[in-house]
Amino acid sequence: MSELTFTLLRLGYLVLLWVFVLSAVAVLRRDLAGPRTGRKRRRKPEPATVGGPPSGPVPAPAPMVGGGPRSGAPTRLVVVAGPLTGTTIPLTQSGILIGRAPSCTLVLDDDYSSSRHARIYPQGNQWYVEDLGSTNGTYMNDQRIQGVVPLPPGVGVQIGQSVVELQG
Amino acid sequence: MSMLSEKRPHGMQDAIQPEENAPSRAAEAVMLVIALALGLGGLAMVGYSIDDRLPDGFWTNALVLTALSLTAHIVLRIRAPYADQVILPAVMLLNTMSLAMITRLEMDDMTGADAGRHLMWTSLGIVVACVVLLVLRDHRVLRRYTYTVMVLALVLVVLPLIPGLGREINGARIWIYFAGFSLQPAEFAKILFAVFFAGYLVANRDTLALAGKKVLGLQLPRLRDLGPILVVWAVSLMVLVGQKDLGTSLLFFGLFVGMLYLATERGGWVAIGLSMFVVGAFAAWTMFGHVQRRVTIWLDPLDPELYEAVGGSFQVVQGMFGMAFGGMFGAGWGEGYSSRIPFAFSDMIYAAFGEELGLTGLLAILLVYLVIVQRGLRAAIGVRDGFGKLLAGGLAFVMALQLFVVVGGITRVIPLTGLTLPFMAQGGSSLLANWIVIALLLRTSDAARRPSSLPTRGQLAGPAPTPVGHPGAGGAIEVGPGASRQDREAARQSMPSPSDEMTQMQAPIRYDGGDQA
Repeated sequence: MSELTFTLLRLGYLVLLWVFVLSAVAVLRRDLAGPRTGRKRRRKPEPATVGGPPSGPVPAPAPMVGGGPRSGAPTRLVVVAGPLTGTTIPLTQSGILIGRAPSCTLVLDDDYSSSRHARIYPQGNQWYVEDLGSTNGTYMNDQRIQGVVPLPPGVGVQIGQSVVELQG
Repeated sequence: MSMLSEKRPHGMQDAIQPEENAPSRAAEAVMLVIALALGLGGLAMVGYSIDDRLPDGFWTNALVLTALSLTAHIVLRIRAPYADQVILPAVMLLNTMSLAMITRLEMDDMTGADAGRHLMWTSLGIVVACVVLLVLRDHRVLRRYTYTVMVLALVLVVLPLIPGLGREINGARIWIYFAGFSLQPAEFAKILFAVFFAGYLVANRDTLALAGKKVLGLQLPRLRDLGPILVVWAVSLMVLVGQKDLGTSLLFFGLFVGMLYLATERGGWVAIGLSMFVVGAFAAWTMFGHVQRRVTIWLDPLDPELYEAVGGSFQVVQGMFGMAFGGMFGAGWGEGYSSRIPFAFSDMIYAAFGEELGLTGLLAILLVYLVIVQRGLRAAIGVRDGFGKLLAGGLAFVMALQLFVVVGGITRVIPLTGLTLPFMAQGGSSLLANWIVIALLLRTSDAARRPSSLPTRGQLAGPAPTPVGHPGAGGAIEVGPGASRQDREAARQSMPSPSDEMTQMQAPIRYDGGDQA
């Protein structure tokens, strides 16, 4: 093999090697900017890999299982104000516990909320909100509630910085 | 292995649903072709430049490697269709290039270089990786064996110290001989430790992360929580003292500290780990001659006396000469004098590549490794369960650490320690173990990229405020608008166990309604 061919092959090899590396990088880039719509959407990289305090940054609403919605009754609990605005939780027969503790159904990352702050639960055909002895109180219509209070749909319940309400 | 298949969570989907629209993995196929072209091209060039003909067994190599790549690709298509597409070609490239290099050294009649064995172990590695992918459908299964795996790992670490079983080669007692086979158990212990640390840390990270005082902006853990790190430190010191294996000892300890940081996000642990490492390293330096010698070689390799000495700097200096000879673009395949570098086929293979491919080639190789590590960390970010995150993150980190220790040793950034370059160095245990690592990374990345509408931490489940999760017909769990069957299965599996941290960390909202309404 002549010197020239060999040199060309030698450099060509390095070029091909870099073609491989760059195509790998191209796939990586596509992955970063990947399409995120529709069924095939890729998951957005999370800000925190693992760990962190248990009462993590923003709790995500998780799918719930429960009894079917009764006609005319509210079907979901919506956060209408506060850092979690837009979070929706389907209502179930077992009620919803709100607070800072990770065991709560709706976990608030809010210094003004107690770890087990309030409970919203159904009885008969009516939903009730109960303050569980929170430090800063639970408010309905700017009134601090005491004990168990019936909760009609569309009425905001303020817990710390968040306001939640039942919607049909 | 078979127990894994029996115990895998029921309901895991065996086949992809046609409507799922799994990626075609075309990018992987194309890159595999380039990788094979590079590996086989290197092999051909070696032959032509040394003997002016194709090397012996070229077509066997070509056939075997193509068949193996194709098999791995097909297995991925069937069993892990969403897995990362870059990992396999990148690993394949490194492995085939090392095959070319070892063939080249063997053609130079270098004692110890054995391309046939290397090909055999490569094939075995790929087959085992495929088997792992076929058998292990869900990486979370491994978590059940957290403590079993710990015991196994410790046994593997101790094995070489058992008289009659272990054997000392080149001053390090890291080998076992069993029924005509020699194995380096530490390579496998590495994987087992990663599994154990992931399982252990995912269960205990809150204690490790949150308890303790804050000093100078660093969150320091409580004294009584230092137990595990002390145990791992002691084990790695035992490896250092008993087996005189600097590299492996560093690897185990680094793996633990790295994963501890991944799990807790507390810099305090890194500070503690580093200071313990410094203490251990300094103690080792004062106590052991072989450590002192390594450091002297590192600091002043070109000292003529040291160069001539038995066990002196000859190896490192030959590697340096080789890389210098390679220069920017390398001497070309088969044109260097790589066989003069002692252990050019295993520990020093990076220097041999430097000689033949130059700095351009070395940087490309380094980048390929970096891509693999990045893909591993990406899988760790994407996967939903804490165990998977820690496992993938730990495996990727340990590969990066190993790379740093090997390449740093050869390029004299740190003292040379006898670690193998993953996929490149000749050696069955290393190849096999690293292919298993790749299989685990692929498995995790498949789980990470599988489309799912289960909420990720910090994300809302669906397009708010549309209601999500009305109970569907027949009592099926509807986890979101675009939920696939797999997701529903996954949701059902992860729901009934409240003690399971995987669910706890992902979804702070409890499934208190029970799994079947």
